[in-house]
Amino acid sequence: MKDLVFLEAKKVGINFGGLKAVDNFNLNLFEKEIVGLIGPNGAGKTTTFNILTGVYTPTSGAIRVEGENIVGLKPHQIVDRGIARTFQNIRLFSDLTVLDNVKIAFQKQMKYSIVEGILRLPRYWKEEREIDIKARELLKIFDMENLADVIAKNLPYGKQRKLEIARALATDPKVLMLDEPAAGMNPQETTELMNTIYSIRDRFGTAILLIEHDMNLVMGICERLIVLNYGVILATGTPDEIKNNDEVIKAYLGE
Amino acid sequence: MKKDNRMKSYIINTVGVVGLYILMTSLMNGGIINRYQQGIIMIIGINIILAVSLNLTTGFLGQLALGHAGFMGIGAYSAAIVSMNMNLGSNTMQLLISIIIGGLIAAIFGILIGIPALRLEGDYLAIITLGFGEMIRVIVTNLKITGGAKGLNGIPLLTNFSHVYWITVITVVVIYTLIRSRHGRSIIAIRENEIAASAVGVPTAYYKVFGFVLSAFFAGIAGGLYAHYMSILSPAKFGFMYSIEILVIVVLGGMGSITGSIVAAIVLTLLPEALREFAAYRLLIYAVLLIVMMLFRPSGLFGTKEISIGNIFSRSKKNVKSNEEV
Repeated sequence: MKDLVFLEAKKVGINFGGLKAVDNFNLNLFEKEIVGLIGPNGAGKTTTFNILTGVYTPTSGAIRVEGENIVGLKPHQIVDRGIARTFQNIRLFSDLTVLDNVKIAFQKQMKYSIVEGILRLPRYWKEEREIDIKARELLKIFDMENLADVIAKNLPYGKQRKLEIARALATDPKVLMLDEPAAGMNPQETTELMNTIYSIRDRFGTAILLIEHDMNLVMGICERLIVLNYGVILATGTPDEIKNNDEVIKAYLGE
Repeated sequence: MKKDNRMKSYIINTVGVVGLYILMTSLMNGGIINRYQQGIIMIIGINIILAVSLNLTTGFLGQLALGHAGFMGIGAYSAAIVSMNMNLGSNTMQLLISIIIGGLIAAIFGILIGIPALRLEGDYLAIITLGFGEMIRVIVTNLKITGGAKGLNGIPLLTNFSHVYWITVITVVVIYTLIRSRHGRSIIAIRENEIAASAVGVPTAYYKVFGFVLSAFFAGIAGGLYAHYMSILSPAKFGFMYSIEILVIVVLGGMGSITGSIVAAIVLTLLPEALREFAAYRLLIYAVLLIVMMLFRPSGLFGTKEISIGNIFSRSKKNVKSNEEV
């Protein structure tokens, strides 16, 4: 099943005025694959994420999810097509409970209308009950079921990162994009995160694309790496190939 | 167990609402509440509708709107013009149909303003609604059909206590159940973090316009009730100051708390009546109240918490989170 392309980007580029922030970006992301997107600061990694998730519309190129073009769709429509993401600076619904954070992400799996919701017709109760169970099950996978009623902003940092990943998974994505998931974590939390990423991949069959500066995590977990520099792909390959690539070393360390 | 609690709180709330209605009507019929006090009670009801509906936009959706009185004015004038020119059956039918038309016309204006304004991020809505409210006032002052600056006279006196009471109850229930549904969760998610909301699949533009339009609709309904209670309308009533008064109620009660809006609407309607002799200082008192409030309780009287009769009962047994579903 490894030959199933979930996410395909072809010659994607974006200009901000005269600045080419990302140019000629290509990507084939297969089922259950873990790919790392690395590069020096300002290389265009987060911009690439924003293009792939519909925050920015690319000025050139094509992006397909399972063969369907998603260029020009709004972020929430792209979520429907199966791409979910987390943010570099955590963006939780911070005044809501952990459970509600996850429930909001289950939105697209619920069908009852506004009128059914206001009048609390049978479908409202049925779907709300189902989603309550599903949301708690998902939290259980992340060992957070006992935190369900905690207000999100009161969680410790590592747990907030985890909740953001759990929330992204609630949208039932084919591709999960993590923007610096290990930023600010201690070594122990990073190890825990690596295990979480593996278990997500194995359990949900999700393809994972991640931006990360922590080289232990990147080299340890990614099957393939894409190195960006000045908005263009500098190199692609397995972690070992990248480690020994002269161009990459030059970009990171200078001449 | 959970279902039993739910049934119990439904029953308690229903009994409470009906009981209050019976109490009020019998006090009015018995002459203990006089005509003047009855009038104030009806204004309280209208202010509750206005505050709770504005809370949907400002408290739950997180968008500052400064033209709520404008929507109320549209509803008031539309409903008045409809009922002055058409015979729609019994008094109650005449009232209901004309205020619903008033609400719908306010909602249409809500769509026209909401779609362009809410596409932008940030505080544009505040500025646009501010301008809109003033525009409505000026237009109404200059139109013939609205009676111009001297106002509209001879609107049939149709609103009675029962109308105001039940329409207030319906408004509160509709907005409350909406907020506790998946649609309400989406609306709150937009307030919490708009980018994150769209990143988990919430169609933010849709829910922003929807919340804003529903809030305009109820403001229109409140306007219709007001028109048929006062029998005269003057454009000055629906200016910027009234929008601010409603906003003050929402902020004071707690943005994101329906019960807070209700309590604040009652207090802030009664307060000026109680302070009649100091009417000139009313705005001063408002300002002082707001400053004190912002200093000591910036999230408002109730914050985002809700209080219900059912809740108070179960709280006495064991401590239940006030945010829990009732």
